[in-house]
Amino acid sequence: MSELLAGLLIVTGVFFLAIGALGFVRLPDVFCRMHVTGIIDTLGAPLVMLGAAVYLGAQLVSIKLLLATLFLIFTSPLIGHLLARAAIEGGHKPQLVADDSAGEPAPRDAGGDGA
Amino acid sequence: MVALLTAATAVTLLLMVPFIGRAITGPTIFDRVVALNGMGTMIPVLLVLIGLLYNREDMFVDMALALFLLNLFMTLLIARHVRDKVVEG
Repeated sequence: MSELLAGLLIVTGVFFLAIGALGFVRLPDVFCRMHVTGIIDTLGAPLVMLGAAVYLGAQLVSIKLLLATLFLIFTSPLIGHLLARAAIEGGHKPQLVADDSAGEPAPRDAGGDGA
Repeated sequence: MVALLTAATAVTLLLMVPFIGRAITGPTIFDRVVALNGMGTMIPVLLVLIGLLYNREDMFVDMALALFLLNLFMTLLIARHVRDKVVEG
């Protein structure tokens, strides 16, 4: 039963890692790629490590894995914020225009307040 | 379970390829930093899986924890440094 749950968690985590890698190839912009890296940080890696903790059972190593997961969940928004801010201050503009919105009204501009 | 762990390790190793490609041929320098950050998240996951596979998870989990810490500060410092270089020209 515990092995089944662990296998399910690990497979789900690797699935989200695959989604992240696919989006990292397909998406056009620095900011889009940053968003996909956020998916890897918040769903892919924590699910795999939770699966490893469930597989190992009640040991000290499982507590270390849970602490690493908690650390990753806490620091992923920090890294994303810093990278996006560095990219904006380095002169990048987010591409907010969708290609397939032919009949729709014009997309709004990127908010101009840098701060 | 060993077959599943082997498959998960192999798939994770294959999923490193887009990040390495983007880090080599990124259009801008920030693409490369983001690719480095993604690799820095996936390598400790790979280490945890390899540790489960070899039954030495006590050692490998410690290494993964250290790599998570290094990834945070490395990305932070490289982002600041690249931002300063780009702004100053």
